[in-house]
Amino acid sequence: MAELLNMSGIDKAFAGVSALSGASLQIAPGEVHALIGQNGAGKSTLIKILTGVYRRDGGVVNFNGAETVLTSPREAQATGIATIYQELNLVSLRSVTENVMMGYEPKRFGVLINWKEAHRRTREILSRFGIDIDVRAPLGSYSTAIQQLVAIARAVSLDARLVIMDEPTSSLDASEVEVLFGVVKGLREAGVSVLYVSHFLDELFEICDRVTTMRDGRTVDCRAIAGTTKLELIAAMLGRDTDEIAEAGMTEFNAGMSGAEKGDVLLEAQGVSTGPRLNGFDMTLRKGEIIGLGGLLGAGRTEAARAIFGVDRLLSGKVEIKGQPGALETPAAAIAAGFGYLTEDRKAEGIIPDMSVRENLTLALLPKLTKSGQIDRARERELVDHYIKALGIKTANMEQPIRELSGGNQQKVLLARWLAIDPDVLILDEPTRGVDVGAKREIQGIIRDAVARGVGVVLISSEFEEIVEGADRIIVLNEGRIVTELTNPGITEDALVRALAHTEGQAA
Amino acid sequence: MTTQDTELKAQQSATFAWGPFLRKNGGLVALAVILVFNIIVTPNFLQMQTLFVNISQVATIAIVAMGMTLVIATGGIDLSVGAIMALAGALAPLIFLSEFGQANPALGIAAAIAVPIVAALACGLFNGILVANLKVQPIIATLILFISGRGIAQVLTNGNLQTFSNPSFSYLGTGKVLGLPFQGWLALLIACVLYLVMTRTTFGRYVLAIGGNERAAELSGGPVKRVKIGVYMICGALSGLAGLIVVAINSASDAARNGNLMELDAIAAAVVGGALLQGGRAPIFGAILGAVIIQLVKYTLLANGVEDEVALIAKAIIILAAVYVQQARKE
Repeated sequence: MAELLNMSGIDKAFAGVSALSGASLQIAPGEVHALIGQNGAGKSTLIKILTGVYRRDGGVVNFNGAETVLTSPREAQATGIATIYQELNLVSLRSVTENVMMGYEPKRFGVLINWKEAHRRTREILSRFGIDIDVRAPLGSYSTAIQQLVAIARAVSLDARLVIMDEPTSSLDASEVEVLFGVVKGLREAGVSVLYVSHFLDELFEICDRVTTMRDGRTVDCRAIAGTTKLELIAAMLGRDTDEIAEAGMTEFNAGMSGAEKGDVLLEAQGVSTGPRLNGFDMTLRKGEIIGLGGLLGAGRTEAARAIFGVDRLLSGKVEIKGQPGALETPAAAIAAGFGYLTEDRKAEGIIPDMSVRENLTLALLPKLTKSGQIDRARERELVDHYIKALGIKTANMEQPIRELSGGNQQKVLLARWLAIDPDVLILDEPTRGVDVGAKREIQGIIRDAVARGVGVVLISSEFEEIVEGADRIIVLNEGRIVTELTNPGITEDALVRALAHTEGQAA
Repeated sequence: MTTQDTELKAQQSATFAWGPFLRKNGGLVALAVILVFNIIVTPNFLQMQTLFVNISQVATIAIVAMGMTLVIATGGIDLSVGAIMALAGALAPLIFLSEFGQANPALGIAAAIAVPIVAALACGLFNGILVANLKVQPIIATLILFISGRGIAQVLTNGNLQTFSNPSFSYLGTGKVLGLPFQGWLALLIACVLYLVMTRTTFGRYVLAIGGNERAAELSGGPVKRVKIGVYMICGALSGLAGLIVVAINSASDAARNGNLMELDAIAAAVVGGALLQGGRAPIFGAILGAVIIQLVKYTLLANGVEDEVALIAKAIIILAAVYVQQARKE
């Protein structure tokens, strides 16, 4: 079958760091094609190259039988490639008609918009998708699902041959998803191809024909969805198979082998809920223990961390700290109670870019470094000096702005920020994301040493080997609920993958 | 050998990096240029009288600009400073001209200084609560007092010019210490205190952290709301003090003109002094330098017979240049 789209050998690097190397993607006419992969696998970079947002460094893109070089999203649209983004790029205060017809309004005398005709055409376009709404009403007065369908309708009315949907169901409820699926099937029957990006694997089995899997900037797998199992998809995404998992020792951790008796209870959470993304979360954390939170993107892991640390308000449930009841209302209260929280997003929630390494490192410790409002600067320098040496932070001196450090060294400074408060509980959200391999092992070593000193750690990581080998117990979450708990020794990546696949199955 | 050496030296001096030097010390260079220009062109520039006039006028801009610098350092802005000046300035004569003030001159003066400052603090608290607790955009939050503050001042005085003769109160604006204006010394003292606050205290550290990355500051336990309210209160109090000084200089309080357009001068001085509008930097002495540059440019044009309106354009050009230098520095 002649492919509608054929991308091959696509390379792309950002500032010398490779994002795609030799990636490929083939989509047939009238096919619904899924694209899956973990965070950072290169899915969005590949799509942005296809739609002209980024320029490729190498490789060939063939669309509709001709080699194409797209340089802007507008050009992509003119060629017949339409993208429906997660955040809709429509004007919610204007009417449905205006949104659908924008830039292509029917004219009278060449200048005036023929509104009657515009409304009629809009109704006609929408009715093809089974949508019957007042096209004169502002788009924003309709649900997200309807808005999304309007966006799709607009794309199709512009003669799109390929519609790209990026996580289209992430903000839809079950009945809205059904409507969307109906539209996708309608597109397929009309001969329009759909590239469907989603981390909800169950959906793919319902509407997709083929699935392409990406990992570390490469296309690793492309197969028909019929006859594939979810386990195979997850294994392809993670780049593991059962044989490989037998190979141990990928991290500095040592699978629940610390051997030491676990100490007193540091933290007990019961039935904690903060909203739909975290519902009925239970956890008991003891001294010298690492609890891993497992789950796919959006499963509620970060929400659990935020609930414990007092960032999000609890709707229900209770938290006990060292046997004392009382939830933490603010991060400041959590820190005072001996909690540290290394956030997932280092740039947005971690570093203060223009401040020095010294000022960043002591930020959480300031209340303890202060006597009647004045910072004890001698002690501050002494402490910073200690941590720079102890963690091997590579910096010209402690006055260097943190933004000038590499990602791994920034992360070490942030770890030191929390180690410096001499914490009882450390919550670590993706502690080794975006750091190079060497720094990764060093950071894992730092965590292991802290645990040996009796710190209780809650570890969130998308790197499965990290929680499989690091955690004493893994709490597996899906859609904000705990689905199972695994205990080390004895957890294998295979078992974790099975637990995840199982939860996916239950969720459907 | 020797010719080679001299050649090398010539090359080195030819390739002296003017760009980075200017970017780093732009303020000081601008000040030097203005001074040299005045010494050559302006008649009678090198006189004690010139220094005296300039210091007594720059002090109020500098005092407000320092408060503004703190607010800007948290990523905020305060448009109400001029209105707070008018309000504080209107209150003072009302108090020492009242029956109570006439009967107890010493107490009257103390109250005429304390009450307006407390009122200014309350204005700052109002701004701070709007910004920190109610999450109103700073420019909108402070617009409320920008509009209503001066109105309240005019209502209090029935829109009248209040003139008075009160030497002890006028000391604020006309007194001399070691031959220089009292308010100049006051500005310098405030600068030293604020400098220590910014470099030595947790409050100062949190101000910069909030301006640098508010989310990170909060997640690291920073008392974001209290610190934000604090900077608006400091800015309010300093504006109130500046309002009192202006009234003391003139021996008259005019609620319609006191502090008029001061918010622009103060923001300009802070920016020329090196404050970043997105926050994270608080150059206290820079604010004074900025105020001095703006004052000297005004004075230069005035002393050389250039009209007021043209002076406004010159001010705009200075701000433009300062922002340009900041942009260049970032890259």
